[in-house]
Amino acid sequence: MIELIAIKLALAGFVLFAVLNLAGLHTWVERKQSALIQDRIGANRASILGFRMLGLFHGIADALKMFTKEDIVPARADKVLHMIAPFFSVFFALVTFAAIPFGDFLIVGDRVIDLQVVKLDVALLYVFAMLSLGVYGVILAGFASGNNFAIMGGLRATAQMISYEIALGMSIVGVVMVYGTLDLSELVRAQGYLIGGWVPMWGILTQPVAFVVFLTAALAETKRLPFDLPEAESEIIGYFVEYSGMKFGMFFLTDFLETIVVACLATTLFFGGWQIPFLLPDGFHFPWGSEVLISNWLYALLGFASFSIKGLIFMFIFMQLRWTLPRFRYDQLMSLGWKGLFPIAVANVAVTAVVLVFLDQVL
Amino acid sequence: MAVKVVGRPELTFWENLYIPQILTGLRITFRHFFKNLFLHIAHRVGLLNHLRASATIQYPEELRPLMSRYRSRHRLTVRDDGTPRCVGCMLCETVCPARCITIVPGEHPDPHVEKYPVRFDIDLGVCVYCGYCVEVCPEDAIRMDTGILDLAAYSREAMQLDIHELMDPSLRKPIDKCALEFPHQCGVDEGQMKGSWDDISG
Repeated sequence: MIELIAIKLALAGFVLFAVLNLAGLHTWVERKQSALIQDRIGANRASILGFRMLGLFHGIADALKMFTKEDIVPARADKVLHMIAPFFSVFFALVTFAAIPFGDFLIVGDRVIDLQVVKLDVALLYVFAMLSLGVYGVILAGFASGNNFAIMGGLRATAQMISYEIALGMSIVGVVMVYGTLDLSELVRAQGYLIGGWVPMWGILTQPVAFVVFLTAALAETKRLPFDLPEAESEIIGYFVEYSGMKFGMFFLTDFLETIVVACLATTLFFGGWQIPFLLPDGFHFPWGSEVLISNWLYALLGFASFSIKGLIFMFIFMQLRWTLPRFRYDQLMSLGWKGLFPIAVANVAVTAVVLVFLDQVL
Repeated sequence: MAVKVVGRPELTFWENLYIPQILTGLRITFRHFFKNLFLHIAHRVGLLNHLRASATIQYPEELRPLMSRYRSRHRLTVRDDGTPRCVGCMLCETVCPARCITIVPGEHPDPHVEKYPVRFDIDLGVCVYCGYCVEVCPEDAIRMDTGILDLAAYSREAMQLDIHELMDPSLRKPIDKCALEFPHQCGVDEGQMKGSWDDISG
C-alpha cells in the first residue's frame, strides 16, 4: 500500500516537475521564437555571474519579479472570488495531466508501473471536463474584478468556450468510435496496430478531418492567438486586468500549461502518444522480418522520448501559429465555431460511423 | 462630385477555408525562423558574419554607423605641437544661435598667432547642434565629428564642456589637473578651474 502511494506520488511529482518547468521554458521559447520570426534577437540581458545563456534566465527573473510584486485587490472586487480565480485556472490545467499517459510501462522488480499518473476508464472525458472547468477561472476572474474590461474578457471567454468545446468534443467522438475506448492508455495502445503490417494506425491516418477540427478548437481552448479574444491585450487587455504579482503570473502560466495539455492531447489522440512504429514491448519488429530486442528500461525511455518529442513539435507549431496569425474578430470566431467546425465535426462522426459499419460488414 | 464606389470583394471559397491562407502565412514565418536560426548558429561558430541574423542593433555594445556629415559632440582640433588651432576670433560665439559657446581669449606668446582661447566652454544643455560654429570657423578649429552621442549627465554643470574635454573627447568631468602642455592660464588645479574674465582682466 505504502509502495503504491509512493509510486503514484513519484509519478505525479515527475509530471508536475516536467510540466511546470516546460511552462516556465515556454516564456523563453515565446520570446526567442517570436524574435527569430520577426528578425529580432529577443530578451538576452538577464545574466548570472556574467553568463547570459541565450536569455534563459529571464524566466527566473520573471518569476522573482512576479513573486515580489505587490498584490493589489481592487476595492470593488469580490475579494474571495478574486483570490480563488487564478488558483482555479492553474489547478484545472495541472490536474488534466494526471490522465495523460507519457509512456507504456516500466518494470521495477516484480512490479509493473504504468507510466501514467492515474489509469482512468474515462480518461478522455476527465480531461475534457477539467479543461472545461478551467474556463471558470477565467470567467470568475472577469466577474470578480469589478472592472468592465475584465468582465468583457470573461464574457468573451464564456462565449468562445461554448462555441469551441462542442466542436472539440464532437471531433473526439470520431476517434473514440474508431478505437472504441475512452481510456487514453488503451487508446494509445490501439494506435500501435499496424495496417497491413506496415503503417501504424495513428489517429491522423484514421481521422484526418477530426485532427484539423481538433487542432483549431484546441487552439481556441488555449486562449492564445489567433483566438485570444478573452485576453486581446490591444482591445480590452483581458480578464486579468485587475491582477498583479503572482496571481497574474498564474494566469500567464495557465496559458502555457493549456498549450502543453493540448499538445499532449493532440499527440495522444492523433499521433500515437508514446508509440514508435514497429516498437513492441520487447523490441523492434520490422515488417521485413528483422528484429532488434531491447530492455524494458530502454523501451520505457524510448516511449517517453517519442511522446515528448511529438508533444514538443506540437508546442513549436502552436507557437509558430501564435506568431503568424492575427486575432479573429468576435463574430468571425462565433461563425467559425458554430457554422464551420461544428458541422464538419458532426459530418465526420456520421461518415466515420458509416465507414465503420461498412468495414465491419465487409471484413 | 464624382462618387467613387469602393468595392468590397467577396472572399473566394479557398480564402474562406482559411487553411491555404494560414499555410501562406506559416511559410513566411517559418522561412524567417529557420533562416535566422541558421544564421545565429553560423555566427556562433564564426561563419557568415557578413549576413545579419536580426535587424536589432545591440546598442551599448554596437553602434549604428553614422553618416560622415552627422553632427555629434564637438571637439577642438589641435596643431602638431598640441596647442589648439583656435585663435579666439569669437566668430563661433557670435554666430551661435543658442549662445552656448563662451570663449575667453588670451594673448598668444607666438606673435604670429595673436590670440588663443584661455577658456572655451560649450554648454551642451543649450546647444542645438546646428553646426554653425563649424561652418563659420576660419581656422578649422572646431569640428563636430567625435561620433559621441551618449550625452547624458546628472547635473546641468556636467553638461558644460570646457577646453580640456573639447580637446580630448575621451576626457570626462571632473578633471583633476590641466593636462594641456600649452602654456595655459586656466590652471585647473584640485578640480577648481580658474581663468574667468576676472582673472584675466584683473
